[in-house]
Amino acid sequence: MAKVLVVDDSASMRQMVSFALKSAGHSTIEAEDGKKALDICSQVGSIDLVLTDVNMPVMDGITLVKNLRGMPSFKFTPILMLTTESSADKKTQGKAAGATGWIVKPFTPDKLVSTVARVL
Amino acid sequence: MSIDLSQFHQVFFEESLEGLDLMESALMELDVSHADIDIINTIFRSAHSIKGGSATFDFKVISDFTHVLETLLDQIRDGQRKITKDHVDLFLQSVDCLKHLLSLAQDNSLEVTEDASALQKQFEAILEGDSPSVEATSHIVDGSNIESNDSSECWDITFHPSRDMLQTGNDGIRLLSSLKALSDSDIYEITCDVSEVPSFEFLDPEACYFSWKIRCSGDIAYDEIKSVFEWVEDDSDIIISKASPEEPHSMAQPEVAKSDAPAEAVSTPTKKLKGAKPSSENTFIRVGIDKVDELINMVGELVITQSMLSQLSDLVDSAQVPRFGEGISQLEQNTRELQESVMRIRMLPISFSFNRFPRLVRDLSAKLNKNIELNINGESTELDKTVMEKIGDPLVHLVRNAIDHGIEMPEERVKAGKPPMGVITLDAFHQGGHVFIQITDDGKGLNKDILLSKAIDKGLITESQALTMSDEHIYDLIFQPGFSTAKAVTDVSGRGVGMDVVKQNIHALSGSVDIKSKLGYGSTITIRLPLTLAILDGQLIRVGDNIYIFPLVSIVESMECDADNVSLLAGGKRVFKLRDEYVPILSLGEVFNIQSDNTSIDGALMVVVEYSGHKVGVIVDELLAQQQVVIKSLEKNYQQVMGVSGATILGDGMVALILDVQSIVSLFSKQKNIEGISLLSSANKAS
Repeated sequence: MAKVLVVDDSASMRQMVSFALKSAGHSTIEAEDGKKALDICSQVGSIDLVLTDVNMPVMDGITLVKNLRGMPSFKFTPILMLTTESSADKKTQGKAAGATGWIVKPFTPDKLVSTVARVL
Repeated sequence: MSIDLSQFHQVFFEESLEGLDLMESALMELDVSHADIDIINTIFRSAHSIKGGSATFDFKVISDFTHVLETLLDQIRDGQRKITKDHVDLFLQSVDCLKHLLSLAQDNSLEVTEDASALQKQFEAILEGDSPSVEATSHIVDGSNIESNDSSECWDITFHPSRDMLQTGNDGIRLLSSLKALSDSDIYEITCDVSEVPSFEFLDPEACYFSWKIRCSGDIAYDEIKSVFEWVEDDSDIIISKASPEEPHSMAQPEVAKSDAPAEAVSTPTKKLKGAKPSSENTFIRVGIDKVDELINMVGELVITQSMLSQLSDLVDSAQVPRFGEGISQLEQNTRELQESVMRIRMLPISFSFNRFPRLVRDLSAKLNKNIELNINGESTELDKTVMEKIGDPLVHLVRNAIDHGIEMPEERVKAGKPPMGVITLDAFHQGGHVFIQITDDGKGLNKDILLSKAIDKGLITESQALTMSDEHIYDLIFQPGFSTAKAVTDVSGRGVGMDVVKQNIHALSGSVDIKSKLGYGSTITIRLPLTLAILDGQLIRVGDNIYIFPLVSIVESMECDADNVSLLAGGKRVFKLRDEYVPILSLGEVFNIQSDNTSIDGALMVVVEYSGHKVGVIVDELLAQQQVVIKSLEKNYQQVMGVSGATILGDGMVALILDVQSIVSLFSKQKNIEGISLLSSANKAS
């Protein structure tokens, strides 16, 4: 059981991802943009996995990854980006920012859980 | 694990519609010549989220449609393409199309609409026109041509990660165990090359110095292995090759790594902050409207109980219970505040209703070749949700009318000495417990002579009436059924069936509408609405032993009936000469078949009420207090009753019925065996 931070500006995606992860026995915290995610991270101190959307208002996913990698407690934390297949360069940007990997949207709850299992 | 995704559909629909609204207003705001990247990003994000969601929740038609939209937006966003006015028009049409598709999806009848495929083709034509190349590159070393149908394969893999792999959260151990999970046979050997590990003084604990050689076998496809290294392939050297199981290992370093690789020991420091709680700062919660209404209802009951106690407090001897009165007045204040707060939950800023107008004005003025600027003031004015929903269509109608009939063509305006660009202003503000909405245009204004001659033509008024009519009454003619000032029927304002419906709808909300106009300078239409539908300003009246309530807005005036002004018409109908008008009279006692105090019409108390522009005199016994009453639905608790729109509970616990003027008239007409219309038209004829 791991503590997972789910960052997405779409409420339906957040709910779906959280539900799938909770069904797999994980606990989740939700944030609707990168800024809120960053606030949560600095308050909570440790998180086992961050799943983040790329395109979000206020602060996007790539900026979030860069910021998290600059925080000692999140230097090695697995961070997966939720991207669409069309954004090939986003994957590269995400990797360059320090993301662990990505999950390509659309994904099924099963695919999500099995991918998450690879980094936990 | 199987999860029913349909449980997230409603949220998806809601957020997508919100996203589309956001997209629409961003598109309206966008200045094509100086496209603001933030606005473009907002538009892109909305399309992107809808695409992601619709693909996830399996609304393929929507995701296919948004895909082309998103592709074009992405190119614009990256500066590969300049946004044009045509693009904006196309995007706006797509917003409408997506709204339609979403509503189809909501009804479980999603299919490709003609609009959608036509728009999709247009987008594809743009994208194909001069497509900037977008290619997905994949870097993997060798092996991509390896294909095999053999169920059992043996693979040799060399994995040499970059030094900073750990800093991206990737972990050799996890990768290797994922790889092992693919292998179902016994053959799974790992050799770890530690030759690059420096001496301790030069060792960077955060770097990865290892590389691995793996041999695995089983029913493993090349792609499966590739996907294990998907996240690290760009900055690692990975060689995947087929091996024959018999072939001995050609691996240099024979040191076999156990599952505890030393460099991986650098684990995430876990420190717990005392008392720190994850705060997901969601400032909004979604609550079903029925829950809010239940709460409002309960508070309504509380208000009644409180006023009952207030009345009883007069009986309490203040000498014996000294602080009773104090407590009661505190209770009264608290209940009032509670009621106000609860009512506020249902309130929404009027921008929800106003924000559709920039688009409407833009589309219509383009269609009519008019030049129109829209000003919106007081968007944050709050209004009850139900009132807001019901006022939407009337507002659209009034704004369309202002554009179509109010604002002149640019040439005409210049001729009249006005700037070519017309201005329509939407205002909303609170005043005296009501919400006012004003629609002002600086167009040609209403021509009284045309209105009058038209009304005479249509038989709505007589010529002698026309001579004596006040401005207010003349302008009010446009709200009469069957009256339209448009010379020709246009597809913008329709065929004149609208304005009377507009007035009816506003009246149904206990609101009122009036027009001020100046020929050549424009018109102002003012709508007055109650803040909420749950509370009503009522006039209490008594007939016999019964107390009834008239909505205050429906009362024109009250007076004592003078027999000299009453005329008896054929069929036992009576009319009252109210200044220049003849007003039909009905007795509430007669309508409800109850014993009233006065039997003679002379000197009886008459309340003149108005509905849909008609006046009726209602005979009652006594006028009591005016007070705010909480409306209780009779339909929900009992059944619909003719002549009554609802009920309320008075301070003393008595139930009082709230009267519905229109249905009282039809009830009365039925009893007298005459049509409601003839009751009124006979009054007109009498004049």
